[in-house]
Parts: sequence; structure tokens; C-alpha cells
Amino acid sequence: MGRYVVRRLLQMIPVFVGATLLIFLMVNVMGDPVAGLCGERACDPATAAQLKREFGLDKPLWQQYLTYMGKVFTGDFGTAFNGQPVTELMATAFPVTVRLTVVAVLFEIVIGITLGVVTGLRRGRPVDTGVLLATLVVISVPTFVTGLLLQLLLGIKWGWIRPSVRYGTFDELIVPGLVLASVSLAYVTRLTRTSIAENKRSDYVRTAIAKGLPRRRVITRHLLRNSLIPVVTFIGTDIGALMGGAIVTERIFNIHGVGYQLYQGILRQNTQTVVGFVTVLVLVFLVANLLVDLLYAVLDPRIRYA
Amino acid sequence: MRGITHARWAAGAVATALAATGCGVGGASGGGNGGAVLSSSWGDPQNPLEPANTNEVQGGKVLDMIFRGLKKYDPRTGRAQDWLARSIRTGDSRNFTVTIKDGWTFSNGERVTARSFVDAWNYGASLRNNQKNAYFFGYIDGYDKVHPDSGGQRADTLSGLRVVDDHTFTVKLNQKFSGFPDTLGYAAFAPLPRAFFTDHAAWVKKPVGNGPYTIESYTRGSQMYLRKWDGYPGTDKARNDGVTLMVYTDSNTAYTDLLAGNLDLADDIPAAQLKNVKGDLGDRYINTPAGIIQTLAFPYYDKRWNTPGSKKVRTGLSMAIDRRQITDTIFRRTRTPATDWTSPVLGTGGGFKAGLCGRACTYDPARAKALIEEGGGIPDGQVKITYNADSGSHKQWVDAVCNSINNVLGNAKACVGNPVGTFADFRNQLGAHKMTGPFRAGWQMDYPLIQNFLQPLYYTGASSNDGKWSDKAFDRLVDRANAETDTARAVAGFQKAEEVVRDNMAAIPLWYQNGNAGYSDRLSHVALNPFSVPVYNEIKVG
Amino acid sequence: MPEQPYEPEGAIAGTGMGGAMDLGVSEAVTLEKTPGGPQGTGPAGRPRSLWSDAWRDLRRNPVFLLSALVIVFLVVISLWPSVIASGSPLTCDLVRSQDGPAPGAPFGYDGQGCNVYTRTVYGARTSVTVGLCATLGVAVFGSVLGGLAGYFGGVWDSVLSRVTDVFFAIPVVLGGLVLLSVVTSNTVWPVVGFMVLLGWPQISRIARGAVITAKQNDYVQAARALGASDARILLRHIAPNAVAPVIVVATIALGTYIALEATLSYLGVGLKPPSVSWGIDISAASPYIRNAPHALLWPAGALAVTVLAFIMLGDAVRDALDPKLR
Repeated sequence: MGRYVVRRLLQMIPVFVGATLLIFLMVNVMGDPVAGLCGERACDPATAAQLKREFGLDKPLWQQYLTYMGKVFTGDFGTAFNGQPVTELMATAFPVTVRLTVVAVLFEIVIGITLGVVTGLRRGRPVDTGVLLATLVVISVPTFVTGLLLQLLLGIKWGWIRPSVRYGTFDELIVPGLVLASVSLAYVTRLTRTSIAENKRSDYVRTAIAKGLPRRRVITRHLLRNSLIPVVTFIGTDIGALMGGAIVTERIFNIHGVGYQLYQGILRQNTQTVVGFVTVLVLVFLVANLLVDLLYAVLDPRIRYA
Repeated sequence: MRGITHARWAAGAVATALAATGCGVGGASGGGNGGAVLSSSWGDPQNPLEPANTNEVQGGKVLDMIFRGLKKYDPRTGRAQDWLARSIRTGDSRNFTVTIKDGWTFSNGERVTARSFVDAWNYGASLRNNQKNAYFFGYIDGYDKVHPDSGGQRADTLSGLRVVDDHTFTVKLNQKFSGFPDTLGYAAFAPLPRAFFTDHAAWVKKPVGNGPYTIESYTRGSQMYLRKWDGYPGTDKARNDGVTLMVYTDSNTAYTDLLAGNLDLADDIPAAQLKNVKGDLGDRYINTPAGIIQTLAFPYYDKRWNTPGSKKVRTGLSMAIDRRQITDTIFRRTRTPATDWTSPVLGTGGGFKAGLCGRACTYDPARAKALIEEGGGIPDGQVKITYNADSGSHKQWVDAVCNSINNVLGNAKACVGNPVGTFADFRNQLGAHKMTGPFRAGWQMDYPLIQNFLQPLYYTGASSNDGKWSDKAFDRLVDRANAETDTARAVAGFQKAEEVVRDNMAAIPLWYQNGNAGYSDRLSHVALNPFSVPVYNEIKVG
Repeated sequence: MPEQPYEPEGAIAGTGMGGAMDLGVSEAVTLEKTPGGPQGTGPAGRPRSLWSDAWRDLRRNPVFLLSALVIVFLVVISLWPSVIASGSPLTCDLVRSQDGPAPGAPFGYDGQGCNVYTRTVYGARTSVTVGLCATLGVAVFGSVLGGLAGYFGGVWDSVLSRVTDVFFAIPVVLGGLVLLSVVTSNTVWPVVGFMVLLGWPQISRIARGAVITAKQNDYVQAARALGASDARILLRHIAPNAVAPVIVVATIALGTYIALEATLSYLGVGLKPPSVSWGIDISAASPYIRNAPHALLWPAGALAVTVLAFIMLGDAVRDALDPKLR
């Protein structure tokens, strides 16, 4: 077990380097960030040259990358164009987004898996068809439409919720979390449904039923446990995507989290902010994946890590 | 029907209020400060809040509250009035003597002296401080040494500035510029306390100025609470206890929050919501002219737009745009069709001349089509209007302009929009001369002078002349107008120069932009100044 | 013609490789025991392939027939939109902005005064092209890479898993904002290419997992013991059993790609004018949701029906392919 974790940690190194390099290159493709700093006019050449020098943009790309990564390892994520250290931005942005992600994942687990189990056990029944149709609608409507619609109806027309988030507390994040989770929730439902339907006919379930075990015990102990493996994989990989993918949701609901900072960073072509945040997201993603794989062993006793 | 909707709104408001009190969160005032404090929508300032480093409206809002300069622009007329200045005298439009009034202090108690100004201006001009508005000091003698275009900085201070005594300093310009005193209301010319220089990092975290408000707390990227400064010596004291500026990720969300009763003041209401403002807000909506004009500029570095016939094509395109229809339908009269290249907020005395553009800015499908054909047709058969898609309602109006042109030409693909993802990239492409057709050019005035609407945009090599238009006659007329000592004659000179712009259709004027805002029923006396910034100190709460 | 699954040739080589493979699964997921029990995979009566079986099933499945009908209809109007819609989707008159239904415009007009019906019909081509091409690209690219990695394991698997992780780690919308903002072409290909570039790891991971699971099945072990070649085992025995999860995810992904195109348009980096697509129209209409919901509902409805059809089709195909569900 310990050796396995160590090996996985070592494997993270190339992924970390690859992902940060990729995002570094991508942001640099966008071009010169200084041009956007001077409003509707060209920056005067002297100031522009000096700004580039100070941000290290006059150096070759590989050198910029190495310098940047060198600093990252000492905990210095650079400075945003408004003079604020990126770490300070992170300290305000990540807690909110983590809360939002927790809400979203809870929705996925509670609603997604429940619906998946119900429909998987009742394939072809009206419940199944109804939920199937509902998940399809959710998948087919873009998040920004769902978000704007819920905000309009719940926030303004009916006045049930605040249309925007101010403090980023859990109660404010329920609706944004649901919007963020919506598409993944549909995936989870469908994955669980498929998995349950397949395993329902497997021998161990038949055996358990034949032994006369109560239905509830068969479902929770035998069927669910085995059917959850693909679902857990999905949710695990989704955590990173949810945290970085909240760009649209955070914008609509006025959440000052990671998605908002990334969006601002891109609009202002602020390499330091974008690369810094993505670096952390990559780490989150890698750790979540590792945890998922360790969870396998819990769910499936046949799997042992050497 | 109307009554039902109203009842539902009221019910919604009550529910929200209950929810707010239930959670123990202090309603619309924000930050739990109590008293007559209003909350107002805000955007995250792009640069540190140094006066000479702030070049956009959001940072400008704060500077407008915490600083007062030598001049102040009247919130209604836009006219520059002496504020901290007792007098600004000149005999030759080149050497100015500035005297400062007694009794002004910064909110930390420090006196505002001649040195507060001279130090601030020297800081703003100096290349080493990376101030994005440094070019405002470009008229002052010695700027070329403090801020050379290339090579090292050769001086620390502007040789044109000299402190005479605590109340007096002199300014020597490197050329004649009669309008110079009227530019001094711009935020870049604000005085700075010693603390700015001695403990810069602390100052940037929580700026200290001499305006009617002081910054009580500032959480970057989310909100700023400005408290009324009781010791403020000026006549424009704040009539409320304070303002909480709340950063919104999207102007649409701010508007929604206003409707839900969580925000007191939302400026810059998105175009898509304008159809609803009357029903949502009644008379709690203001729509007043601002010094902003939108134009379509052309890439004169591209040969196809610089042929003898292309002037006719440009004029034809201008006449193919049904401005009235677009401003009425898309913008709900928050824009007014432009008939010159300046802005109505200048007033006729300041150089605004309605109808200067004449027929060339009037919708005339038949003539438009004929002119475009005479001019050799649209280059390569298609105009691409480039704009940045990340802000404002640019997509809506570019699509509408294109549809208007297409309908006139009877060709659905004669004009297409060409969105660029980000403003920064848009600026990059402009800087790299990558435009192949007309592009969005918006101009928000820095100070209410006709010079500011013409020189930065059309003078050869000027900083916002992104299309690289160049005309010797125009340049000569601008130089001459700048040298005039008499304001009226200077204005007349600029209008002559503007006629050169017209005769060449250097850029197609589209519309004058208004500032707009909606507010909650807690507020009264809400107004926007000609820079489309709310006049916070006059707002009354309750 | 389909052949009998059990063939003697190369038996020894096959087992040798299989044994080596089991030790080399780099993810260290080794099964202590394989799931027991017969899976009922034995050939029934006369030799029939899985696919012909599936086809027989599908022809009798009303869900399949209905969704196929919708898809055929979509393909037809994508190819010849003028058959059911007159006029050009690009002819718009601001005078009719946000107007309701009128003769010749049963769906009303959008904010720019364009005919919503005409635009919805013409939008099918772009949206279906984007959805289909992106899904196809992702499915082929992802399942080939993932399947091979899952089957062969070892260094290949490690390298591919790391590359997958790299792409997986970059948030899609973020990647779109960055990469597509520099694109100047107004065809659909940059958008499709981008979706394939950032979408394949999803399928690759699922295909890999499915292949690893299928590899452990008795019938695969049996085939290997009997000396079937790798290619044969992969194509004949593993692929049909591993394709089900890929189809499920791919059909759902198809819908999300069409929706993603809308999100990219919303952020200003999607398809560029004069393209006509549901995504462009949905994003353009979304700010007007309060005043002109019809301009949003019709293209969004068309999108929903399309996605529905593809997912139902995918579900039906999956059920038909899965012997366990028979």
C-alpha cells in the first residue's frame, strides 16, 4: 500500500510538469498581455518595454517557464497586474470554490446515485423513462441557460433565493452548486443506472437473492457496492473539472472563486494568475485521482495494491 | 395584469427581506456598517489604485470619491471649475502659475501644499514607476528626459515644475496648450500625501486622499467600504454616511441583485435588460449623456482601405447604417445617433456641433449603395467588423450594423462581425496592425475638451490612432488650435480640424453613449456625471 | 463470414504473452481471482456474430426506430435546409426585433429581427456537424488509445495514462477560452478540433477501464489459451464487450459538445459569423430570456430533441450489443 502510494506520487511529477507546461504555452499563444493594460490606446513604448522586463516577458519562453516553476516551488506564484500577489488571490478564491464543489459533489452523490439506482432497478418503467428524459434535458441545455433561468425564476420572479452570492456561505451556494453539478449529475445517474442494470443479473446478486437475503441488503451490500466503481471514478475525476469549470456558473451567480479569477486572468491575459491557479487545479486533480484509486480497494475486495 | 405582477414583486421583496433578517445578514447596506450607507455595483480595478495608473471607469469611481484636484468637472455641465486651485494664470499659454487654496488637508491630517502636487506629478511622469497615464504629463517641459521613448531615464523630476512656496508652483510646457488648465481635473493630476512615497505598499493597500470619502476597508477583488470623511473641507461634502462598492462578475447579475433588493445602485445596465427598466424600476432609472462616442475606424495601413475610392466606400458604409433604428431597438435610447465626432456633453461652446457630419451620417440606402459601387465596391467583397466579445453589448450592435449594411447591399454576407475573445487580444491585434477591415473604436473622454476627442484619435502617430490615419492638414490645424490663447478661437480651430476628419470619413461615427443606472427606493438625488460615474457625494439615503 | 471463436493456432505464444501481460499491468490493479461463473457467451445454435444479433434486435426496437427516424430527418434538413424553410437565415430586419409568430415565421423573430424558424432549421447543419464530428473524433481517438493501453499495459499504458492526465487536468472551458481566442477561421473545424483535443481523455479512460475489465473475463482467457492473436482477441472478444460504456458516454458527450459550442459562443470564442448554429442563437438569445423566450426556446428545443435522439439511439445500440442484458 505505502509503496503503491509512493509510486503514484512519483507518477504525478511528469503529469504536473506536462500540464503546467501546456497551460503556460497556451496562455503565451494568446500574445502580449501588456497591450491590454492601457485602455483604448497603445501603451507608450517605454512603459510597455519596462513592464515586460519586470514581468520577465522579454525572456525566451523556456526560460520564463523555468523561472516561474522555480519560484512556484518556493511558494511564490508571482504577482497579478493589479499588484496583488497571486497567492493572496488564491487564499480568497479557493475556499469559496471548494465549498461550491462540495455542494456540487454532494448533489451528484445524493441525487445522481439515488436516481441511478431507482432507474437501474426499474428499467423500462415510467420512472426510468421520466428520469431519463429529465437527465437528457439537463444535458442538452447549456449551463449558462440553466443558470440564468434558475436565477430569473428563483431569484427574481419568486424571490426564494438571493440571485447573487455575496459571502460564499453554503446556504448561498445551493442553487449555484446544483447548476454546476447539473450535467455531471445526469452523467452519474446514467452511469449508475447502466452499471446497476448490468450487475443486477450477475451471479453474485442471484446467489444472494437465492440465499434469501432481504432485498435492501442485496441492493446496498452487493449490488450498489459493485456498481459504484465506475461512478466513483467519474466523480473523482470530476472534482478537478468542477473546480476549474465553474467559470460560467461563478460569473452568473457572482461568486468570486477560482472560475472568476481564471476568467479575469484570461481576459487580462495575466499569465501569472492563470498558470498559478491551473497549477493548483492540476494538483487537486491528481490527488483526487489517487484517492479514487485507493477507494477502489475499499469497494472491490478483489483489488489489492501491491 | 400589471397589479398582479406588482403584487408578486412585492411578495418577492418581502420574502427576500425575511430571508435576509433571518440569516442575520445586514440587508442592502452591505458590510453591516449601518447608517445611511449605500451599496453600489463595481468592477475589479485593473491596475493598482494610484491616480496616474488608473485608466478605466471602475478605478476612476474610487479616485473620484477620495481625491480632489486643482479643478473639478461640474457633475452636470462638465465645465472645469477651480477647486483646490485659487488661480491658474498664464500670459502665453505655455508658462502657468498655480496658486492653491488654504485649509485643504488629506484625510490623515497632512496639509495639501504645492509640493503635494509637484511630487505626485513627478511620480506619475517617471518611467521607473510604470504609470500607465504618464503621457498626461507629456506636455510638461522635461518629460522627454523623465520618460524617454527609448534608452535610460535621464532625470528624476520634470524640469518644467517648480515649487515657489507652500501655496504656489509654476508649470512650463514644452509647447503652447491653451486648454491645459482644463485638463487638470483629471484624476492623474491629483495631489498625493507623503505617505504615498514613504510607505507605498501600505498606501496601495488602503489609499489615502483628500476627497469627501475615506477608505475604511478594502478587500481586493470583492469590496471596498468608503466612509464619509467628516473633516472634509470642501463644499461638496458627502450627504450619506458612506458607500460600499461591491465587485460583480457580470453587470447582468448586478441588475438582478438590484431588483431583488440586495443592491442600491447599479450603473451600466446591460442592453438586454433595458426593455424592462421602466417596468422594473419606474422612475428610479436614469439615462444621461456621457462623454463617450462609438465609431468604426479603418486600417489605413491596409492598402485596400487606403485607395482614392475607399473614401466613397467608407461614406457609403456610413450611410448604410440605420443608426436610429439600432439605438432605439438594441440600446433603447441609451445611445443617440452621432452626427459629429465629439460628444454633446461638450456643449456647443465646448465644440460639439450637431449635424457636422451631414448627409454622410444619414441613413440613405440608395445613395449608400451607389457610393460603395462608385468607390470600387467593398474590398474582396466582404467587410469584417472586428470587436472584442468579452464586454459590453458589442456583439449585438455589430450584428445589427452588419444586418443594416447587408440589407442595403442586398447581400447577406457583405458584412460580418469578427469577434475577438478578449480585450487584451483585441488590443494586441490592433497594435500588430492585423486589422483587415473596420474595427470597433470607442472613446471615453479623459476631460471635457474637444481636443480630447480629436487629437488622441486622429493626430499622426497618436496613442489611440489605431488605424494609423494620417493627414497633414489635420495635424497642422490641431497644432494651431492648441496654440490659441483664446478658448473660443481654439475650439473653432479644432472644429476646422474635425471637418478634415469628416471630409475624409476617417472614421464612421456611430452614436453618442449615455451613462445609465438604476437605484433602489432607499436612494434619492442620484445622478451620473459626464464620465458616466455616479455622483456619490450627492446621493441621499433613506 | 464470422468464424468460430476458438482456434488452435498460436496457442503457446498467446498464453505466454497473456501471462506476461498480467504481471505488467502498471496501475498495479491485479485481481486475486477472476469473477467466477459462466457468462453465457457460448455460441447459440448456428454461428452468428454479435453484430448481426444486435441488428436483429434493433430492427424490432421502437426506441431505436424512433430515434433513427429523428436522426435521418436531422441529416436531411442539414443537407437540404431549404426544403422546409424558405428565405435566408442571414436576412434580418431590426424592425421585427423580438416579434412573435407571423406568417412565414412560425417561431417569431429574435433580437436582431431574424426569422427564428429559418435559423433553427439552418442551424441544424452546423450543430449536427460539430456534435457528430467531435464525438466521432473523440470516440475513435480515445477508444483506440485507451483500449490499446488497457490491453497491452506496461510502458504504453503508463505514458498514455500520464498524457491523459495532463489533458484531463486542464478545464475545458478554460482551454477553449485560451485556444479558440486566437482562431480567426470561421469554419467549424477549429471548434471540432479543440473538442477532440480536450475531449479524448474522457473516452480513453473509460475504454481503458472497460478493456481491463473485459480482459479478465473467462472467454478472453479461454481465447488466449487457445492461441488467438492479440488483434483477434481485441477485435472479436474485447471490443464488443468494451464498446458499451464508450457508446453510452459518447452519446451523452455528443449532446454536451453541441451545448459546449453554445457555451463557447456565450464566452465569445465559439463559431464565428456568418455561421448559423443553435449554439450561437441560444447564447445570443439568453440575455433576452425575460422578453423574448421564444428566441431561446426553439433552438434550445431543437438541441434537446437532437441530443435525445442520439442518446436513445446509443442506448438501444448498447442494449443490443450487451449479451449480458439479453
